[in-house]
Amino acid sequence: MVEQGKPVEFWRWPETNWVNPDIDWIKGEWITAGVDVGSVSTQAVIMVDGEFYAFGNTRTGSDSPNSAQKGMDYALEKTDLKLENIDYCIGTGYGRVNVPMAQQAITEISCHARGANFMYGPDVRTVMDMGGQDCKAINVDDRGKVLNFMMNDKCAAGTGRGMEVFADLIHIPVWEIGPRSFLISREPPSISNTCVVFAKSEVVGLLEQGVPENEIMAAYCSAMAHRIMELLKRLGVKEKFVITGGIAKNEGVVKRLEKELGIKTAEQAWANPQYREKNYPFDTQLAGALGAALFGQSLLELGKAKSVRKT
Amino acid sequence: MIVAGIDVGGKNVHIVIRKDGRILTKGTLPAGIKKAEAVDALYDQVLKQAGLSRKDVERVVATGSAAKRVAFAHGFIQDVVADARGVIKSFPNARTVIDVGAEEGRAIKLGADGKVLDFAINEKCAAGTGTFVEAMSRALEVSVEEMSKIALDSTKSIPMNAQCAVFGESEVVSLIHQKASKADISRAVMDAVAGRVGSVVRIVGLEKDVMLVGGMAKNAGFVDSLEKNLEMPVIVPNDPEYMGAYGAAEVALSDIFEEAK
Repeated sequence: MVEQGKPVEFWRWPETNWVNPDIDWIKGEWITAGVDVGSVSTQAVIMVDGEFYAFGNTRTGSDSPNSAQKGMDYALEKTDLKLENIDYCIGTGYGRVNVPMAQQAITEISCHARGANFMYGPDVRTVMDMGGQDCKAINVDDRGKVLNFMMNDKCAAGTGRGMEVFADLIHIPVWEIGPRSFLISREPPSISNTCVVFAKSEVVGLLEQGVPENEIMAAYCSAMAHRIMELLKRLGVKEKFVITGGIAKNEGVVKRLEKELGIKTAEQAWANPQYREKNYPFDTQLAGALGAALFGQSLLELGKAKSVRKT
Repeated sequence: MIVAGIDVGGKNVHIVIRKDGRILTKGTLPAGIKKAEAVDALYDQVLKQAGLSRKDVERVVATGSAAKRVAFAHGFIQDVVADARGVIKSFPNARTVIDVGAEEGRAIKLGADGKVLDFAINEKCAAGTGTFVEAMSRALEVSVEEMSKIALDSTKSIPMNAQCAVFGESEVVSLIHQKASKADISRAVMDAVAGRVGSVVRIVGLEKDVMLVGGMAKNAGFVDSLEKNLEMPVIVPNDPEYMGAYGAAEVALSDIFEEAK
């Protein structure tokens, strides 16, 4: 499909950034940042004394250092803050060791657990992080510490990348798949192939047979839910159960997963009542970067890290 | 007596028409979405090549993952059985059969009498199949045929991290960005497939002689990588992609023989 000479990319989700209007960073003591360079998306979060200050959520480019820079620039864009004003920065995610502005790297499993604890509250016990090229089921304690986890990073089935491939195949923007998967008259059987490559052939076959697109989306969402379910069953799910990462935004997958699991996921909203009241944006993709920034704050407070702030 | 063996796989249909021990004619066609139609079209085409019509064929045996699409078949056999029967007929010393097709990889352990002692299949995942190589070929923008040749010119072994074909495509793209040569990338892809196939083979155990059949057996680069992985020579028969259909025809012949007894 061609539009204005450029191929349409149905997987391409919109990038976002935001700055907190209620915080004046100059009055803050510690300014920390977390940069989560994933295989598909990169997020940078900036916190002032442990409060959510700014973020940028962008698509990962061809290499980690540039992607980290792009994410950070995007987070800084709406602020009058400069990189030099940041006390401490922690890299996380798949490209965490290649974050040029970071002083330290922490695994995304720890960061997602910590970030989910901050976002959804201390009563979170299971975090399902559904990333671009992997998914992790993590059991956590009330401080957001990792107790145990299970991970799939070998297979695209059940990952965001798998959903993007599907979106591209059926020519539907990736964010429309969830809502449209419910516009059906009957719940179809799941796509039977696990492998994304084989599932593609199966989908082509269904299209060819004239199965309605929305039904195929439902079949794909339910296959993905099923795949995630396998991981969760092995780990054991405890409530409060939350989903982080990009797929958390796909209600077609989330609602089917809840149904199969018999457990509801917690509402995607800030645990902090003030954040809720002030309508701060709640983006499930931010958990990793947020967790990293929070680790930076703790390290500075405990004197385990030294500020690198230049001005 | 004239018989037909029809192998309907994930990607292609193969038909072999035999008169007793001799192959009269054979042919292949992409299976496409409507596999039954492809089977019908190919069957009539190969019969015509041999100057035959459907009524001349005494028995038809079908095999392959979509064998049931052959509405006119008299019998159906598992692809493992088809491979075993076909191989043992032409290579009595074979003890291990490896079949790597478009969407499946299989390893079969044969007894001295040609009986299937054990087998293992990967049909869940594109890694370790021809589909994986095709996906990488698209990312590399080099045809599969070309990849199979240039992989042999590679001077450097690059291990691929990705097992998954979807992740593999991104890895190939990043190898291109890192200026790895197309020969080295091709070899990396073949090594990756050989690694997956090798682990399926090791489930049943490896014993000489080792036969390699299926479409991937025509890929010289892959054969080389597999021999290195198994640390053992593998024998590739002529027209290795027809082995399933040949074996099905072999079963059709012995069925008739049994009935006559």
